[in-house]
Amino acid sequence: MTILNLVFIVFLGVLFFIAYFHISNYILDIYGNKTLKRYNFENSIRVIVFITPAFIVLFIFILYPVFETIRLSFYDKFGREFVGLYNYKWAINDPEFRRSILNNLVWLLVVPTLSTFFGLVIANLADRIWWGSIAKSIIFMPMAISFVGAGVIWKFIYEYRGPENTQIGLLNAIIVSLGYEPQAWLTIPMWNNFFLMAIMIWIQTGLALVIFSAALRSIPKEMLEAARIDGASELKIFFSIIIPYLEQTILVIWTLITIIVLRIFDIIFAMTNGEWQTGVLANLMYDWMFRGGGDSGRGSVLAIVIMIGVIPILAWNLYKHRQEQKI
Amino acid sequence: MKKFSISSLLSQLLLLFFVIIWIIPTFGLFISSLRDKDLLAISGWWTSLTTTEVNEIYRMSGMENQIEEDGYFKIKGKLFEDNSGKKIESFGITSKKINEFNIGDVAIFKDESEVLLDEDGNYEWRSKTEFKKKKGKRLFTTSLSPPAFTFENYREVLFKEGIGRAFVNTMAVALPSTLIPLIICSFFAYSLTWMKFYGRDTLLAIIIASLVVPLQMSLIPILTIYNDFGALFGVAAKSYPGVWMAHTGFGLASTTFLLRNFLKSLPNEMMEAAKVDGASHYDIFLRIIIPLSIPAFASIFILQFLWCWNDLLVGLVFLDQVPSEIILTAKLKELLGSRGENWEILTTGAFVSMTVPLFIFFALQRYFIRGLVAGSVKG
Repeated sequence: MTILNLVFIVFLGVLFFIAYFHISNYILDIYGNKTLKRYNFENSIRVIVFITPAFIVLFIFILYPVFETIRLSFYDKFGREFVGLYNYKWAINDPEFRRSILNNLVWLLVVPTLSTFFGLVIANLADRIWWGSIAKSIIFMPMAISFVGAGVIWKFIYEYRGPENTQIGLLNAIIVSLGYEPQAWLTIPMWNNFFLMAIMIWIQTGLALVIFSAALRSIPKEMLEAARIDGASELKIFFSIIIPYLEQTILVIWTLITIIVLRIFDIIFAMTNGEWQTGVLANLMYDWMFRGGGDSGRGSVLAIVIMIGVIPILAWNLYKHRQEQKI
Repeated sequence: MKKFSISSLLSQLLLLFFVIIWIIPTFGLFISSLRDKDLLAISGWWTSLTTTEVNEIYRMSGMENQIEEDGYFKIKGKLFEDNSGKKIESFGITSKKINEFNIGDVAIFKDESEVLLDEDGNYEWRSKTEFKKKKGKRLFTTSLSPPAFTFENYREVLFKEGIGRAFVNTMAVALPSTLIPLIICSFFAYSLTWMKFYGRDTLLAIIIASLVVPLQMSLIPILTIYNDFGALFGVAAKSYPGVWMAHTGFGLASTTFLLRNFLKSLPNEMMEAAKVDGASHYDIFLRIIIPLSIPAFASIFILQFLWCWNDLLVGLVFLDQVPSEIILTAKLKELLGSRGENWEILTTGAFVSMTVPLFIFFALQRYFIRGLVAGSVKG
């Protein structure tokens, strides 16, 4: 496909949706009032015009797939024959699956916690320093770039050359200058997971930082002033006022990063492709979507395991929504 | 007061420490993308920032270049190209004493020929007798090399490695994948906020539940639908419109949710007044909602656009990995596998893929942050 064709279909694709809304509403505006008489009837047609595209997309891309994935998890690799719990039994006994679950759990434990912690600390420091907003910009910047881009950046940091060569990776150069042997960081089982997690923390701290910065402004200045006058140290203020005050925000950020980490795929796919025991569920699932021509049963089981991780958050969100609706 | 200033200094140092750790990886990548690819492979990027001392060996020209002048046979020439900015500090004529002479000294070889060298690498080699060897003698130089940067890697990567085309492809994926959800979700959010109909609350609850559904749940069924669709109509199963709709689907819940939160904050009286004046919902939408929602649209546009631009998984599953369809992130991943040792290509490619996000980040940071904060605090 030439670039010109590409521009053309992009234009056409967007135009199609604008045209749909404009033409259908235009027709309704002209003929609706005359022929339909009753406002209510016109109104219901209008609702249908407004929500149909979004609803179709929602149905095809979210609602139907959720049920279809659940169904497929009980079927064979082609999705044709019912196999009961076979795929689930396979998963429980598969060492790769166990390894992935374990890695996922470590990711879930480490990344949201450290990102939230760093975000909170940095937001606090930056709030009190005149060049704080520049610092925030710099720390927030990784949020804008892709996981793969971040992967290349960090792969360069972790780059390994044999001990007889000059190290061009920063980490190994530091290690060598301190008199140690250079290491192939990404291939050391167990520890390599933490080197991958560092990338994610590097990215997600920015997210925590900006949200905390916004939340910090909501803390009443008088309260902090009063504490300072009473002689409380900054550390004491941080632990006794700021953290309790931001409890809700901390929880929100922690869940937000948890959701992102739960489906982490790109970083591991780009850096190690799950080798050296770094695989997580999303990678294993991608693998099974195509391995040996693809196995939709096993892939679906893995998707469902990821889904189970978000169900508590989903329930909590719905509960909160209900509460809001009541007010 | 003293206690305060110490703690302030400590906070500044701590923050500086974080900033340095956060900026160095990206900075290193950027510097590396501008370095000569041969140097990149043998020395760390941090060495290129300062003037470095390099020892080199050059060979002067042989007999065919000699001229006769002032009673001498002379060979004149230049050791290296003049645009490198390199300055010779000292030189030698044997490998054992490479720093024997300073600039301005006359070095005398065993055969009594003499050589003069200036700091730019111009030499004059003279002898009373005619030069008889085809090869010239070697000079050992110690020179200071200033930081030197080049755009050569960018030219290579954009036009030879296919990153340029991948950039165009990514744009063709990301733009409609942002505009289409924005269009259909603004109508959806409007009806969820300002229109009364049966099932509205259920629909809203479904949107809120969909917010956290991982896209992995949708991959296999949608891939099956696309394959069946392609087979049924005899078209390619993987195509740009397919990716747009997939991104639209995965971004639908969050876009609708953010827009609805915004629309809810608009005063109800305004809509009522317009309705009394005989405006239809479409009039209200075009004349009131859209102008008022521009800042919200900007935030959501940026979030969704960055999400699509930076996505790997959707582009990997729903597009063919061929030059006319591959997106930047997938291309980078491919290069990581096939050109893992060619850091000039990787660093430059990564930086090219980051240009658009970084531009958006620096130009529209306010909207970006606003979107993130709105999307999280309430979600």
